[in-house]
Amino acid sequence: MSAPVIDPVRPTAPGSPARPGARPRRTTPARFDTALGWSDRPGPAWTFRILLCLIALGVFAAPFLTILSGAFTTNAGGSSLSFLPHDSTLLNFKVAGERGIWDYFTNSLVIAGGGLLLQLVVCTLAAYALARHRFRGQALVLTLFMLTMMLPEEVIAIPLSLVLGDVPVVHLDLKGTVWGVILPLGAWGFSVMMLTEFMRDVPDEIEEAARLDGVGELRMLWQIVLPLCGPALGVAGVLGFIMIWDQYLLPLIASKDPTDYTVTVALSILRTDPEVGSGVVLAGAVIALLPSLIVYLLLQRSLVTGIAAGATKG
Amino acid sequence: MTATVTTPATRRPSRVLGRKAVVPWLFLAPGLLLALVFKFWPMAKGVWLSFFDVRPFLGDQWIGLDNYARVLTDHRFQDAIGHTLILGMGQSLGAILLGFVLALLLEGQARSLKIIRTAVFLPAVTATAVVGELWRLLYYPTSDGLLNGGLHLLGLGPVQFLDNPGIALYSTMAMGIWIWAPYNMVIILAGLAGVDRSLYEAAAMDGVSLWQRLRYVTLPAIRPALGIVLTLAAIRGLRVFTEVYVLTGGGPAGSTEVWMTRAYTLGFTRNDIGGASAASVVLLCVTLLLTVTVNYFRRRGDVR
Repeated sequence: MSAPVIDPVRPTAPGSPARPGARPRRTTPARFDTALGWSDRPGPAWTFRILLCLIALGVFAAPFLTILSGAFTTNAGGSSLSFLPHDSTLLNFKVAGERGIWDYFTNSLVIAGGGLLLQLVVCTLAAYALARHRFRGQALVLTLFMLTMMLPEEVIAIPLSLVLGDVPVVHLDLKGTVWGVILPLGAWGFSVMMLTEFMRDVPDEIEEAARLDGVGELRMLWQIVLPLCGPALGVAGVLGFIMIWDQYLLPLIASKDPTDYTVTVALSILRTDPEVGSGVVLAGAVIALLPSLIVYLLLQRSLVTGIAAGATKG
Repeated sequence: MTATVTTPATRRPSRVLGRKAVVPWLFLAPGLLLALVFKFWPMAKGVWLSFFDVRPFLGDQWIGLDNYARVLTDHRFQDAIGHTLILGMGQSLGAILLGFVLALLLEGQARSLKIIRTAVFLPAVTATAVVGELWRLLYYPTSDGLLNGGLHLLGLGPVQFLDNPGIALYSTMAMGIWIWAPYNMVIILAGLAGVDRSLYEAAAMDGVSLWQRLRYVTLPAIRPALGIVLTLAAIRGLRVFTEVYVLTGGGPAGSTEVWMTRAYTLGFTRNDIGGASAASVVLLCVTLLLTVTVNYFRRRGDVR
């Protein structure tokens, strides 16, 4: 998405008093660009803004430096933490490795990769049917997918854990396998809704032309519709990855014993281990943090646009 | 899925039409199947189990509404309702207010602002479990912990952020605000971007104060965005689990126990599946009620 970082996809949200024709006239001076009328010329207000920005950075970003510095500090005993390491060391990572952090990390990667792949495939297929076909019961299906968004894992955790132990009809025990986490994440209402919205915008003429050329349904989706929905797929991918990586309760209830945990859940094992200090827990936290951080920094543009678009569309 | 069952009857008149009717269902099948097995079936099962005394190996026994009565009269659940409401409301309002302030502060097109926004958004993309570990260290109870170190410099004694039953809930709330304020910031920024700039110009010509401009131009314009933020926050607040579970585990002395951590303890450590299911169903009903109500008002607001 080539739009600037924070720029809603549809600027005229319902209810906003934006008059058509008023915005493109870009003659308004800079001081009307923001609600508070910030000026970018040096002055008291400018200095004040910089100060406030520094405070915001200190509150929201600086704590992450604590994780980093603590992870590289020998024997950061829970206390005596600072924003910069006194004596850097890799010992914490070694100890965390001995406690199996890399096994947990692998669990996480398999679940995040597999879960995201399944989620994208399942949601794309469903969205294609909802956006490009008319069929009986369409409204009902749409409602069902919306309902999945209102059914948070927390609320169905207890029966879900029973279902994972004995899947209806096929009677499989998914507990202790990665499938126990991956499969419940497959149908994600948010992705279905968002992809449906995007796919609706693909012009009918393109589809009709392709149909005349004898293009089948799968090829239509793969070669015609999907390439036009790249940005939406990006958003679904980033948000999906971060959502899956953030899972806590699901890996907890889907596991048979602690070796099945994901890295985020395994942090509690490190913490309750009396033989390791906070430095090791923080080393684990760094390892648990990195993948979502990398994904975010690489693709933050589409992520932020996606949140904004999802929100303004409601 | 269901279409495959009905096709034999309709196949005769037109084979093509029958095939065409099946196609969307083939595409929907995986999603519907997964949603059915891992969302709707557990939900139905939860409702069903909530009417039973669930006894492994002995067979379940129908007890009607006894589980509900037990859960709703249990004083620990009653306390948990109070904590959930305080935590949910405090966290939601705090995060919206702070998100609004952040959005006003960081609104703009400058590259430096974009970088700051990226950094400020970090809490929202970090896994809750990692955030919990981080805050546990920030809250370290001795005077050389990070926050207590700062308080020490100000001449204030070490605060037992997580160990004092009177403070622990508010410590948890602060973490919740920290996580969700940047998220709200992004949504509110999107709302702010939709405000017609010429209104600001007109307001300046009329000589209104900055406060009046915010109150009468900006706030009404971002009302839809605020409505969404509020809905999301309220629903999130009701089902808050991971934050509390990771940071305090409901302690000390149950002072941070919320509805979901209580249900979790009941179901998984005390093996009272029936009671835990009843508690979940209550929460589900409240969540659905809230969603429907808010949607109703939002739709009415949009029409107006």
